[in-house]
Amino acid sequence: MIRRLAPWLGFALLLAALPLVFRSSTALTLMSSIGVFAVFALSYNMLLGQGGMLSFGHGVYFGLGGFAAIHLMIAIRSHMLPIPVFLAPVAGLAAGLIAGAVLGIPNCKRSGTAFSMISLGLGELAAAAGFMFTGLFGGEEGLAGDRSAGPVFAGLPLGPLANLYVFIAVWLFVAALAIYAFSQTPLGRLANAVRDNPERAAFIGFDPRRVRYLVFIASAGFAGLAGALAAVNFELMSPLSLGAEPSTAVLLMTFTGGTASFYGPMLGAAVITLMRSLLSDYTSGWQLYVGLMFMTFVLFAPGGIAGVIDAMRRAFAQGGAARLAPLWAARGLGVLAAAGGAAFIIEGVLRWREGGKALALFGQTLPLAAACGLGAALLGAGALAVLRARPRDAQAPA
Amino acid sequence: MSALSLSHVSKSFGPIEIIRNVSLDIAPGERHAIIGPNGAGKSTLFNLISGAFAPTRGQIHLNGARVDGAAPQVIARAGLSRSFQVTNIFHRLSVYENIRCATLWPLGHRYVFWRALSGLRDADRRTQDILDLTSLDAQRHTPAGLLSYADQRALEIGLAIAGDARVILLDEPTAGMSAAETVRAIALIRKISEGRALIIVEHDMGVVFELAERISVLVYGEIIATGTPAQIRASRRVQEAYLGTGDDGAGGQH
Repeated sequence: MIRRLAPWLGFALLLAALPLVFRSSTALTLMSSIGVFAVFALSYNMLLGQGGMLSFGHGVYFGLGGFAAIHLMIAIRSHMLPIPVFLAPVAGLAAGLIAGAVLGIPNCKRSGTAFSMISLGLGELAAAAGFMFTGLFGGEEGLAGDRSAGPVFAGLPLGPLANLYVFIAVWLFVAALAIYAFSQTPLGRLANAVRDNPERAAFIGFDPRRVRYLVFIASAGFAGLAGALAAVNFELMSPLSLGAEPSTAVLLMTFTGGTASFYGPMLGAAVITLMRSLLSDYTSGWQLYVGLMFMTFVLFAPGGIAGVIDAMRRAFAQGGAARLAPLWAARGLGVLAAAGGAAFIIEGVLRWREGGKALALFGQTLPLAAACGLGAALLGAGALAVLRARPRDAQAPA
Repeated sequence: MSALSLSHVSKSFGPIEIIRNVSLDIAPGERHAIIGPNGAGKSTLFNLISGAFAPTRGQIHLNGARVDGAAPQVIARAGLSRSFQVTNIFHRLSVYENIRCATLWPLGHRYVFWRALSGLRDADRRTQDILDLTSLDAQRHTPAGLLSYADQRALEIGLAIAGDARVILLDEPTAGMSAAETVRAIALIRKISEGRALIIVEHDMGVVFELAERISVLVYGEIIATGTPAQIRASRRVQEAYLGTGDDGAGGQH
């Protein structure tokens, strides 16, 4: 019992400690965004990791949940509804569940590639419809809400950033716990079974389509909850958030974090949100970095960040850590060198496109050609270090 | 009443008739083997009975209820389960989870998301019974995809019997096994078929004559003979078509 509760206790402590360590308003804003996307990524992994469904349209449910929350916030303000905005995620959850139950009917008719295609189509459809129904979705400008409207819940007005963080952290914890609990039910396990082998699932009595459909609804519900958190957090929803942008972002986050473990998607949400926010301060090419990182994971570490962490944990548990440490160090340095090399090339090319001649670095200036050459050398050496490094006692590859 | 009865079942893929006018009655508790050369349609017949395909003509009754053309899950719920010639398991789930999934529907834990798996004592008990029966208890936590071939075959049988179905189809359960593994598998099949109707497709004539109470011979989609092992051995027609004269039967399918 204690062993099962310990990770959750640790998670709660982490959520409580973070705002005490990172107290600036920038940090609070960033952590709130991470919380929003952590819920979204967890909901997405119910489909991808648990159920084996690759959706390109999960943004639909995120967006609809967000609009439900925005409309609730507008109604609270204009009609003086006695509902605290703190409970807006319940509206998002409901909107997601309903939308999932309706759109899941066509979407879950097929599995595999067809499922992905249908989800893409539904996403495009929803985004296009969003721009047409301006009353509901606000058209190009979207709809704005006010999170400080209405009654205060538990002495926590949502205006101040610190309180907003608490609001998101509480809902993140509740949603994560609920999604985890779902994965430990008969239906949750059957989702895994259908992912592994839908044919066999039918021969033990379950309709694989029905299993997928029910998991789809639950996943859409939590995506809606995440959307509502986003609506309260940003106080703005645009029809764009029904479409490809959030659908793609959540796929990147979930896969990068790792689909095989429960906490992976949250890590992915944190890393990509951080990259998005911090890198965009320094470079206009931040999306290139995110894309490169994603491709690197797909090609070389398909278990994502959590997959790497779990492999290391296993090595420690089995006492192989001492033997593997030099290998990890070599690979770590290789990754750093390759990332640095890629950065030199990307920045060099960006500067060249802007008409620049040199790259400024640590007070030194480097001609662009030299920067790109150095970048290529670093990238090559780093990649070689990563790909050729082997444990000391292992045979070198033939 | 028969546990399973096929009457005048045919199946065509396009212009090619794979199963031709097959009629078969299996009594409750009977162990029945279907033998025949490669490509005779044995696996297709299993697919028709278990609902993977619908027959083109004819009727199939399971415990008196008509099931031809029903979906696999509907037939499974009506009390029929099967194993596969090519191992067909949930490869990322542990051995324990594999079996437990197969116990859920018959125990009434259907699309349940309001109860924890860990609280389902009846499913745990049944899963444990199957693990003991199939001698897979030591590998209970191993992901099924990492099991040895023989253990995967045992798990395949475990999945087929976990739901306590009254009619069980086993498709070449000993294919690719060593002699020692085959002996173990025969003992397991004998144990699990007690009180159940068992239909087994098998190439190993040793296994067939050891296990089956009755045998049907399928050649080019047609049943050319049904009878006791002694009758089948003695049948001139079977010998000409399949077993080969002057042979003791083993390996005669080639």
